Amino acid sequence: MLLAAPELLVLVMACVVLCVDMYLREERRGIIHMLAMLTLVFAAIITLRQDAGIPSKEIETAFNGVFVRDYMGDLLKLFAYGTLALVFTYSKYFLRNNGLFRADFYTLSLFSLLGAMLLISGNSLIMVYLGLELTSLASYALVAFNRDSKDGSEAAMKYFVLGSMASGLLLYGMSMIYGATGTLALPAVAEALATTGTDNLLLVFGMVFLVVGIAFKLGVAPFHMWVPDVYQGAPLAATLFISTVPKLAAFAMAYRLLVSGMAPLHGDWLQMLAVLAVASIIVGNLAAIMQTNIRRMLAYSTISHMGFVLLGMLPGTGAGYGASLFYIIVYALMSAAAFGMLIMLSGKGHSVQDLDDLKGLNRHNGWLAAVMALVVFSMAGVPPLVGFFAKWLVIEAVLQAGLAWVAIVAVVFSVIGAYYYLRVVKIMYFDDAPSEVVHDGPVDFSAAISFNGLLMLALGLFSGGLIAVCVASFPA
Amino acid sequence: MMPLLSLLIWVPILGGVATLAAGDSRPTMAKWISLLAALVTLVLCIPLYTGFDNTTAAMQFEEMRPWISAFDVNYHLGVDGFSVPLILLTAFFGPLVVIAGWEVIKDKVHQYMAAFLIMEGLMVGVFSALDGLLFYVFFEAMLIPMFLVIGIWGGPNRVYATIKFFLYTFLGSVFMLVGIIYLYLNAGSWAITDWHALPLTMVEQKWIFLGLLAAFAVKIPMWPVHTWLPDAHVEAPTGGSVILAAIMLKIGGYGFIRFSLPITPDAAAALDWLMIALSLVAIVYIGFVALVQQDMKKLIAYSSISHMGFVTLGLFIAFAIYRNSGGTQGAGLGVEGAMVQMVSHGFISGALFLCVGVLYDRVHSREISAYGGVANTMPWFAFFAVLFLMANSGLPGTSGFVGEFMVILASFRANFWFAALAGLTLILGAAYSLWLVKRVIFGAVANKDVAALRDINGREALVLTTLAIAVVGMGVWPFPVVDMMHASVDQLLAHVIQSKLN
Repeated sequence: MLLAAPELLVLVMACVVLCVDMYLREERRGIIHMLAMLTLVFAAIITLRQDAGIPSKEIETAFNGVFVRDYMGDLLKLFAYGTLALVFTYSKYFLRNNGLFRADFYTLSLFSLLGAMLLISGNSLIMVYLGLELTSLASYALVAFNRDSKDGSEAAMKYFVLGSMASGLLLYGMSMIYGATGTLALPAVAEALATTGTDNLLLVFGMVFLVVGIAFKLGVAPFHMWVPDVYQGAPLAATLFISTVPKLAAFAMAYRLLVSGMAPLHGDWLQMLAVLAVASIIVGNLAAIMQTNIRRMLAYSTISHMGFVLLGMLPGTGAGYGASLFYIIVYALMSAAAFGMLIMLSGKGHSVQDLDDLKGLNRHNGWLAAVMALVVFSMAGVPPLVGFFAKWLVIEAVLQAGLAWVAIVAVVFSVIGAYYYLRVVKIMYFDDAPSEVVHDGPVDFSAAISFNGLLMLALGLFSGGLIAVCVASFPA
Repeated sequence: MMPLLSLLIWVPILGGVATLAAGDSRPTMAKWISLLAALVTLVLCIPLYTGFDNTTAAMQFEEMRPWISAFDVNYHLGVDGFSVPLILLTAFFGPLVVIAGWEVIKDKVHQYMAAFLIMEGLMVGVFSALDGLLFYVFFEAMLIPMFLVIGIWGGPNRVYATIKFFLYTFLGSVFMLVGIIYLYLNAGSWAITDWHALPLTMVEQKWIFLGLLAAFAVKIPMWPVHTWLPDAHVEAPTGGSVILAAIMLKIGGYGFIRFSLPITPDAAAALDWLMIALSLVAIVYIGFVALVQQDMKKLIAYSSISHMGFVTLGLFIAFAIYRNSGGTQGAGLGVEGAMVQMVSHGFISGALFLCVGVLYDRVHSREISAYGGVANTMPWFAFFAVLFLMANSGLPGTSGFVGEFMVILASFRANFWFAALAGLTLILGAAYSLWLVKRVIFGAVANKDVAALRDINGREALVLTTLAIAVVGMGVWPFPVVDMMHASVDQLLAHVIQSKLN
């Protein structure tokens, strides 16, 4: 079967959704949602059918080697479909409540997904860049798609300007790499580095620019400035989206560029990643403590999570990359649940901003509070929730790399981070609710958010399977 | 064969889930489900007790299933003479806590009961895990229900207390996490028994010892990282205080026995001065601190810290005894004394917090000055309270005496001054306990609140009588507990005097 079949499907369906929307009356817009969900289901089926399973380490390429299908890619794509399905389910409620239920959101999300998939499968500098641009441009538009919102437009501007700069830096770095090695294909770059050696200033400069570009897309300190503003200003559905699928893609980008392309330079990028990771963990956790706006708090918590993701890449072993992969997947699921919950708690016309909006949730709706508590404890890394297992694997990878001090910094700051997660639990469970509020989403929403929350527990208790799959995705 | 340990862990946890499912609207049903689950767990302890073989130090009732196979983590359970008494203690307190909260808790009853049941299962898990990561998961998971219990049903300053409790414990345990990951990377296995056999250099041992110490010292708690305990105790609801004092503190002591001593024996021997010094500070200084407390719960909390000093003292004088005499004769007495002290303190402190709870439910004050002459209006209550306070001060014939006596006896072999300082506790303990009796129980009726007190009801009498039987029974006839751990203690001492340096 054609290797890029899932990508083609998503492309076609993104256009179909856009066209169908023109012929739909207002009350039948639900069809768009169904179409988008079906797209994800079929994409998942195709990806699963193409995949030969864990034992097969075979890597297939297409389009003259610019497109690659491997196990890690399939896994990331599957989780991208899965989290996007959650995103669609949650967003439908948000869009309906805010009078934004049009095809725009679905089309843009699907195009962004397409970009993410190309990025995940990118095997050449040009493919990586194209995928990145596609996913980013659609995201900028998503942030701005509520035209009447000033905050949204402001956030979109920030996101766009900083994002373009990062893309520029990345492209600049790529051109240097091309200049130094004479090739755009990532395996060929690695080969060239292995034969000609790495003692080349142009090459090292190029790598620095690549790392900066990656750092920006992941949102790690000191390239994190856009994250809190965008998370806060964007419509909740867009925040929900950009905290899931693009993050998965950004990890793939880091892996493809740094490991597939520049493994021989491991000693150089390792130090940069270590500094970026530690800075993110420190900045993210400290800044999050001071937030009263829950979206900004989650944004800073994201910054620290991305620091942890980078930590896993330090030792340069399969187990380490597996730890990072596991972490980013877990992060996407946690983030989907957290922002989904904010959508749930935002009624018509109101959108949750402050931590205090969660006051006394346990009194109104014990189940929702329990789900949110599972998510928050998971983010804090408290066992038996899955967030702990992600942190454990990453710290193990760091210790394996012999960087004990990094591990100590990471764990100490995760304790500091626990404080602001605990504060969320405190607000939900220990504070009294100001007034009677009824939180009552549609059935599919409640089911999805319950599933998402319980997933934190289930993936923790039965973490063996996913961890094994993640670790097996990389050569040892 | 029946997976007994798994049942002991999962029956209460699933019972807790079932209790949650009963929902807010059916509190009576939630109570009965939780009582049933707690009682079933207690009954399950019978085969554990009868089937346990006293004569061997080997792990028994072992269960082993792969869990996270990519990193060799197993769901590996097993018990020896150190774990069984503590598991029995945990299961013993399960129904007591449920009954103690029966009428007192009015708000979100199902969540309250469920939190305790889940905690019970997790604590049994801590005592029976033989896999390092599994231990850590149980060890940390316990924090969540306790955090909620203190925060939801606690006193006025509960938020501060519960966040302090959580963060303190969490900070301690992340260092342990780094330590155990290091052990895994060196040993290539998560089995705690493999770590016991792993040779390590002195530098490695010291760092690992300190990492583990950070976790267990906070948990037990040792001076100077004890400050979370009085806060947590004061603010926690009665059931929370009981579980905290009776069982959670023991997890720290258990950690020393299961991890610190056998995994890093050389570091433990080299740093035993530190542990002994901190223990003696806890025994003496915290004893004085207890003397000046105005709040009954705080007084008992400080007395707990002081009593836990005996546990750490009993465990770590073994090395001094070995250096003095060249043998482990007498050192066994210290370790056994520490274990007996843990079990006995579980009964006594649990009982004392229940007694305070009885008063608090009636008068809604924990201040000593709010009481006086309680014996006049609550004679039966006075009987129990005096008994438990006597036991707390180490009266012979109660369980409080046995452990302290064994540890003091053992410390004579290490150093006269250790024993002399530790012996001070008999004076200090008597002082703060008896002074409390004088101020609260005896004397003339102090105010109209006390005059209006009604004596304990059947439910309270049931709980206190059960504990009284346990306290006196263990004081008079401690051998069932001591015999259970004998073989394990011998094996532990034989293991720790062997250097692991290569």
